[in-house]
Amino acid sequence: MTRRQLWLRFIAHLDLPLLLGIGLLMLTSLLVLYSADNAGWGRPLSQMLNIVVALTCMWLIANLPLHYLMRTAVPIYLLGMVLLIGVALFGEISHGARRWLNLGVTTIQPSELMKIGVPLMMAWYFEKHEATLTLKNYFVAALLLLMPVALIARQPDLGTALLISASGFYVLFLAGLSWRVMGGLLVAALASAPVLWSMLHDYQRHRILMLFDPSQDALGKGYHTIQATIAVGSGGILGKGYLNGTQTHLDFLPERTTDFIFAVYSEEFGLLGNLILLGLYSLVIGRGFIITANASTYFTRLMAGSITLTFATYAFVNMGMVSGILPVVGVPLPLVSYGGTSMLTLLLGFGMLMSIETHQKLVKT
Amino acid sequence: MAKHVELKNHLREIFYFRLRLAISIGFVLLLLATLLVRFAYLQVVRHDYYQTLAETNRISIVPIVPNRGLILDRNGVVLAHNYSGYTLEITPNKTANLEATINELSALVEITPKDRKRFNKLLAERRNFETLMIRNRLTDEEVARFAAQQYRFPGVEIKARLFRDYPYGTKTAHLIGYIGRINQTDVEQLEENDLAANYRGSDYIGKTGLEQSYESELHGATGVEQVEVDSGGRAIRMLSRTPPSSGNTLVLSIDAKLQEIAEQSFGNFRGALVAIDPNNGEVLAFVSKPGYDPSLFIDGIDTQSWDELNNSPDVPLNNRALRGQYPPGSTIKPFMALAGLNYNIRSPSRTISDPGYFNLPGSSHQYRDWKQGGHGTVDMFKSIVISCDTYYYGLATEMGIDNIFSFLSRFGFGKKTGLDLEGETSGLLPSQEWKMKRYQQKWYAGDTVSVGIGQGYNLVTPMQLAYATATLANDGVGYKPHLVREVRSSRSRENRLIEAKPAFDLQIPPAHLDLVKRAMAAVTQPGGTAAQAAAGAPYRMAGKTGTAQVVGMKQGEKYDASKLDERHRDHAWFIAFAPAEQPKIALVVLVENGGHGGSTAAPIARKVMDYYLLGKVPQPLPDVSDKEVEEHD
Repeated sequence: MTRRQLWLRFIAHLDLPLLLGIGLLMLTSLLVLYSADNAGWGRPLSQMLNIVVALTCMWLIANLPLHYLMRTAVPIYLLGMVLLIGVALFGEISHGARRWLNLGVTTIQPSELMKIGVPLMMAWYFEKHEATLTLKNYFVAALLLLMPVALIARQPDLGTALLISASGFYVLFLAGLSWRVMGGLLVAALASAPVLWSMLHDYQRHRILMLFDPSQDALGKGYHTIQATIAVGSGGILGKGYLNGTQTHLDFLPERTTDFIFAVYSEEFGLLGNLILLGLYSLVIGRGFIITANASTYFTRLMAGSITLTFATYAFVNMGMVSGILPVVGVPLPLVSYGGTSMLTLLLGFGMLMSIETHQKLVKT
Repeated sequence: MAKHVELKNHLREIFYFRLRLAISIGFVLLLLATLLVRFAYLQVVRHDYYQTLAETNRISIVPIVPNRGLILDRNGVVLAHNYSGYTLEITPNKTANLEATINELSALVEITPKDRKRFNKLLAERRNFETLMIRNRLTDEEVARFAAQQYRFPGVEIKARLFRDYPYGTKTAHLIGYIGRINQTDVEQLEENDLAANYRGSDYIGKTGLEQSYESELHGATGVEQVEVDSGGRAIRMLSRTPPSSGNTLVLSIDAKLQEIAEQSFGNFRGALVAIDPNNGEVLAFVSKPGYDPSLFIDGIDTQSWDELNNSPDVPLNNRALRGQYPPGSTIKPFMALAGLNYNIRSPSRTISDPGYFNLPGSSHQYRDWKQGGHGTVDMFKSIVISCDTYYYGLATEMGIDNIFSFLSRFGFGKKTGLDLEGETSGLLPSQEWKMKRYQQKWYAGDTVSVGIGQGYNLVTPMQLAYATATLANDGVGYKPHLVREVRSSRSRENRLIEAKPAFDLQIPPAHLDLVKRAMAAVTQPGGTAAQAAAGAPYRMAGKTGTAQVVGMKQGEKYDASKLDERHRDHAWFIAFAPAEQPKIALVVLVENGGHGGSTAAPIARKVMDYYLLGKVPQPLPDVSDKEVEEHD
């Protein structure tokens, strides 16, 4: 085989437009991390390592034929459930919540696995029953979603529970859940809210209220919102310039390499930079929708749609939280925030998108 | 989507899916548009406002530390409170030469070497931009002198602060505990529990005792002021203020006067006393002797005082009532008797003939009774009154360790009582599995023999024994012991009563209880082992004496070799409840190296009961340790 043939085989299952968008966002990540780390190389370098690991995994998944992918759905879901139950029984408590499982060698956070595992399982289930879908099937699929969500909400990790609910809801929606049922669920949720509210402890209610009024918690998470909003607002149209953000470099911004990295970016690059960033996200999301539209099987359509919509949700929730229109929940800015786990989870999803796109091309030709 | 039984039309399905996809795309576009609008609002419309905030002024978030909650006894007597005082404080970042500054300051106000040492310690563990205390409790005169010269000392200021004070000092040290400065470990702990925000600005946290275990009630909620500060860091405008709310007040079940009398009754002896109201589990007195001065710890203890406390052979820092583990000795006998009745091993009327020793069948090893020559004919009643060892050697052997373990553990032996103080130890109730696990050895019949009289592997804490005694006094219905009776909220004037809930009912037949309680009442009558201590009391006291051997026992405490002899004397125990017919108080007294329960421990119990039941305050005590001891338990 010539070198060229090898190269072609190497990129055969990569989707280049998608890869372009992802790559540009990753470059942005390194650029902003360098600034957020006060012109230090520590964070950018270890983020580079995260990126290399995640890209490798993405390539492997992209090369996995679809029927293998489908076959992993049940084992991954079951493993995730076992681990979640394990966390509930033996998990380690950190920051007041039970999220981590200590396996002796390493600690893992099973809710992260379920971000992929839940939509995968639901899409697999719909594919199985494609020919004879009835309301009962939607009910079972909803149950597949609610079991892990309930376990995660109990940890308590409401943010992750909501995000997984969203990704599962997208599958239900794309699978054609009737508007009437959705409307009914909405009414039921609204009706049960006062009951749930009355069941909460005082301090829990206080917490929820605090989410909507950050000034109530100015010493804790509200402080993040206040300072982040100042950073974004003072950035103006053109921004203060790379490495010139005062909020960032005078230590006013907390968690500026992780959940609040967008504040750093926005302060230094302004509205113009924000437009570019939204453009990059739109590129990735748009390509995801095209892949979804082209997908040939029920399973791949649902999976691709859910992955794309979930990605869009993450980006929206994070930027909304940093700019002060959403409560502070721990969601990183996808592909930009520092962190290996979220990078890996996201790229596994993109690996699946690429596999969906490239393998059916081969089938068609 | 109701029923599509026939295979679906593929094209139609694709159409529906694409429709849903289009809706999704619309949804995402809506999200993007929302963000755009928000960005435009912040970065264009409100840009000037945020620009100003970011550039010239900064919002400074100033925490307002809440007042710590009070601790009161059951009658409202103050056991821990706050008083305000002036401190002299230095901000190291604003002070050029610390050493020189302190030297100059010492010309104005007295600064002792102790103060300097403490300051250096604070300096070593400080957080950013913290002001550090160099002197506390300034007099008015000192405040005035410094104020006149303040311009010479940039970065040095007088602050009014609240100090914690413990009016009963050493007498309640093991009960109330103390607060101390927040250190690195505390910070990590707070972050772990998501409490760091509420401790912004707080310098102190409960370190031991009730101050520690009720930290979350006592601390209160930190308030906050948002102020605009200029470039020099001075506040120029207040933007918003959330007032702090003080910590909750703890009302204890402890009776401070009773506590004081109990503490003083020990004289120079070391030991512990726990008194419980058997009807509801309220702890009335909780003494561990010797105590220590808790105020030493609040601002960091100096090395010299620490060494004195830590190296003292009296181990004053050890909470004997909660953590001390001792063999129960003969105080276990009433419980053994109940076990014997429960398993039908001995009927009350069955007698043994006590030759003064016991040996296992087929062995010549003699387990001796404390009385040479024995007690003659002994039935169960008499075995408790005169504390016959031989009777219990035999009873334990016939019963077997498995039965003993299962019965005694129902009384809470070998388990923490769950008292609302941290650091409780669980004692040791030995079993076959325990010995196999601990020593990889099987249980021998000889092990059971010593367990019968509360020696051998048995260990109890005074707290545990008090709990078991209270349960016995209350006819087998146990109440979880607690020190805090009521939590008074500072916010809502709402009082939370710690409810007395029966933890369990052992369902002991009344006939069994009657026998054992009658025998315990006879212990304090002429002919019993504690007759002298109870003589002349207008109420009937039921009790049991005990002696715990020190030599050859492991206790986890190092004794000073030069004092070996004195410290190898036996520990004296006395458990009691009164009035015997309708108990209102149950207690346990442990006197370390006190010799015999009847002569050293029981008189302490008498004084406590006299006060609690009759309101009688004891006269200055004749020193019990001088008395020659004749009787044995």
